[in-house]
Amino acid sequence: MQPLSNIDSLLHFSPEILLVIFAAAVIILDLVVKNRESIAVAHLALVGCLCTLAAVLFIHFTFGKEEPVSLFLGMIQLDVFSTFFKVLLLLATAATILFSLRSEELDAKLKGEYYALLLAITFGMFLMASSTNLLMIFIALETVSLTSYILAGFLTHSPRSSEAAFKYITYGAVASGTMLFGLSLLFGMAGTGDLTQIGGRITELLASGEVSSLTVLIAITFVLAGVGYKIASVPFHMWSPDVYEGAPIPITAFLSVASKSAGFALFIRFFYTGFGSTGLMQSVDWPFMLAIVSALTMTVGNFAALPQQNVKRLLAYSSIAHGGYLLMGGVLLTSEGVGAILFYLVVYLFMNLGAFYVVVLVANEMGSETIDGYRGLGSRAPLVAIAMVVFLASLTGLPPLAGFFGKWLLFTAVLEQGYYWLALVGLLNSVVSLYYYARIFRAMYFEDAGEETDSVSFSTSTFALLSVFVIPTIFIGFLNIFYTFSNISVSVIPMQ
Amino acid sequence: MLLSLMIFIPLLGMIAVLLLPRESEELIKRVTLLFTLIPLALAVFLFITYDRSTAGTQYVHGPVPWIDAFNIQYHIGIDGLSVTLLLLTALLGPICVIASWRNIEKGIKAYMALFLLLETGMLGFFAALDLFLFYVFFELTLLPMYFLIGIWGGPRREYAAIKFFLYTLFGSVLMLVAMIAVYLNSNIVNGVAEGLRTFDIPTLITLASTQGHALADSNFQMWVFVGFFIGFAVKVPIFPFHTWLPDAHVEAPTAISVILAGVLLKMGTYGLVRINMAMFPQGLDHFTNGIGFWGNSLALLGFINIVYGSFCALAQTDFKKLVAYSSIGHMGFVILGLAARNSEGITGAILQMFNHGVISAMLFLLVGVLYDRAHHREINGFGGLGTRMPVYTGITTLAFMASLGLPGLSGFVGEALSLIGAYGEFKWLTILSTIGIVVGAAYFLWTLQRVFLGNLNPKYEDLPEINGREILTLVPLAILTILLGVWPNLAIDMFRESVTNLTNLINGLAI
Repeated sequence: MQPLSNIDSLLHFSPEILLVIFAAAVIILDLVVKNRESIAVAHLALVGCLCTLAAVLFIHFTFGKEEPVSLFLGMIQLDVFSTFFKVLLLLATAATILFSLRSEELDAKLKGEYYALLLAITFGMFLMASSTNLLMIFIALETVSLTSYILAGFLTHSPRSSEAAFKYITYGAVASGTMLFGLSLLFGMAGTGDLTQIGGRITELLASGEVSSLTVLIAITFVLAGVGYKIASVPFHMWSPDVYEGAPIPITAFLSVASKSAGFALFIRFFYTGFGSTGLMQSVDWPFMLAIVSALTMTVGNFAALPQQNVKRLLAYSSIAHGGYLLMGGVLLTSEGVGAILFYLVVYLFMNLGAFYVVVLVANEMGSETIDGYRGLGSRAPLVAIAMVVFLASLTGLPPLAGFFGKWLLFTAVLEQGYYWLALVGLLNSVVSLYYYARIFRAMYFEDAGEETDSVSFSTSTFALLSVFVIPTIFIGFLNIFYTFSNISVSVIPMQ
Repeated sequence: MLLSLMIFIPLLGMIAVLLLPRESEELIKRVTLLFTLIPLALAVFLFITYDRSTAGTQYVHGPVPWIDAFNIQYHIGIDGLSVTLLLLTALLGPICVIASWRNIEKGIKAYMALFLLLETGMLGFFAALDLFLFYVFFELTLLPMYFLIGIWGGPRREYAAIKFFLYTLFGSVLMLVAMIAVYLNSNIVNGVAEGLRTFDIPTLITLASTQGHALADSNFQMWVFVGFFIGFAVKVPIFPFHTWLPDAHVEAPTAISVILAGVLLKMGTYGLVRINMAMFPQGLDHFTNGIGFWGNSLALLGFINIVYGSFCALAQTDFKKLVAYSSIGHMGFVILGLAARNSEGITGAILQMFNHGVISAMLFLLVGVLYDRAHHREINGFGGLGTRMPVYTGITTLAFMASLGLPGLSGFVGEALSLIGAYGEFKWLTILSTIGIVVGAAYFLWTLQRVFLGNLNPKYEDLPEINGREILTLVPLAILTILLGVWPNLAIDMFRESVTNLTNLINGLAI
């Protein structure tokens, strides 16, 4: 497969170009529109997402369906795998825009920048999902990181938000620096940044003894530090509770789903395309190391979530734990494992965004982000409370909800490779996680609302949006098509 | 098809109830009652038309492909054991709805909706022939139960609800590991993968006794046996996994206690028979062959349950807690009977499952009747009620006698058969287990004395007699107790062939 030249690549690159155009258009529209309360900006951003979605699908069915196409002289690759993530990311962005429209925390004056940045970060994530060159990987990662720092600190009146942004930058800078160092080591050894060639080159060098395996170990570990930071795996997770708590709720939702998904896309592509197909893996027991990281990540996430009072923070730790579950699929270096990751990401998108949407609604109506704010929600807003039960039960992994099917795939993949201890750790972690999710159930249903007992009414559009998350959370697991999707997407990644 | 209808009619009922306005409480109750009476009618139809002369599964629906990627199928059907427990579940459904008619004060709509969801879970569980489906139905009962205890329960309901939930989920994740292991090994013959993996329970049972098949490996069977066993043991509950039960029972509203004791505990023992014994006979052999400590472990657990449960019951002063601990004791006879692995023992165990479902349901209903009037359950706080409430006293005495194993009532037959079966295999354990019966008689008679005899506590001079609605819930159960006491074959005929089949399967393979 010959990489396309820069000019020839432009058409294939049209979804990304559209995103950038819309991001610019959002800023211009914001300048033109005088009314600060107008929602035109948000709607334009939403239209941008939909147009991009259409473009992604069009390009996919026209060019990328059969064979992967390498663009810009091998910098990025158009394939089923990247299309899968692009669709996923666009859904997350669109949902975040809709959440933001309903959220009352955001400063009306800054809305133009806000939506433009959301589109820009999506652009960066597109690149993360499709980069096949070390340099592009770094640029994509930095685009995403820089934009998310600003978005995390977007609540200008809130010290917590500023603190979140600052912590995010500090951690992020260290992680990016470490990663860049790792990338430069790899580049120095292999003499190329092309992921498809690096693995082979380094294997040769290792075989001839020109490079010691320790150097390779250090280089890859450093790169993983950067990736681990994006997916918030132990020990690079410390930033996420503070950032998730301080950031505006829609951004927290976005980071916990989209940022993690893009991180996993990068992780899978880097590890599998770059190194999976060579003998490099044999030098170090990577599956075992990743299994340890995965087990630690879910355990730390779940146990840290137990005492939390703030629901955003609780969901932040829960999302660290889910990063751990997802990593189980990555441990194995098998296509079943990666397929399970992709499936779980789809499920996770709906259930986690849904849970955050309820957090947005409760923050608006009750003015509280703590568990106490959920008291009596079961009688005050029954439908919203039922939706929350569905999301949290699915996050716990109770059948017949989608979360169970996702975990089922992950655990099956893990057990297939004989990692019984990892599956047991994962399953026992689900039991632990039930405890803190059930604290929200308890607040909603078992405790009295206190003085305020009036029922809270929501608009029809709120329920419509809520059902967009509830229905897939209940039914995805029953539908064969989603399993097929994730399997096809995996098929383009060369495996060992 | 008939069976699917039976399982999913309560689910339809749930949707119907959810669509009704919250204010029309009478209508909601009537609709719920209707949607539990239909499965009962279907169950009676099954009881009449069930072919007792064969051990094969009947009324099979499927296998219909469900999730192709994992060869998961929708496959249901019943054999003698399932039909017995389906009958029990379907019978207790409307009884519980009637029992909840007056004493659920808040959120009747949510209560009835959750109850109907629970019923679908239970019915589906007893009919599932696909391991995955089986697990889904098993877990489907958790969330409704959690909310039913947590919202409508007593003062410590939050604690009891989450304890129940965590314990059961802990058990079921271990079961999930074992289930995935079985699935992954289901196509490996002599170390080579052949064909598709499967969850189909009848197929798996055949494979597990096929020479050279990975599922037939004795060591493998031992480990998956343990995984499934812990999952079911929490549900039964078997010592030391029993501590959730007294809490859950004491806090749960009356009707939910009835379902807990009547049906949910049977899900555990049903699973033991359906999966552990039938699918892993060699695994079972490790724990029941009578050699060494592990060879007696299952019988030992049964023995501990009987004796420990009975002595704990003896020490209780809370009426409901007493009944809860007596449940632990009586479930011990089921375990002991199953551990014997012979046809008397297994027949006794299955009969005991059904009888305990009926008798403990009566006991909990009776406790509920008293609690609704006196608003406490302290056994020592009553006295002389026999003169105030003669009808209530009569029915309670019948239930007590049935539970303590008086010959002529149903409780006796199951326990006697279990003990007869066990005696041949574990002589001393069986002899020691009879202590449980003696203690059982002691605590029931002592309770009878403290509550109904002696001087009437002046506080309760105008305690109203049991009313018609309450009698309506108790009479069918009382009739069954007497009927099965004098004519146990009415029930045994249903599952005789299935038990023969199972014993052949187990002992044909055992060393």
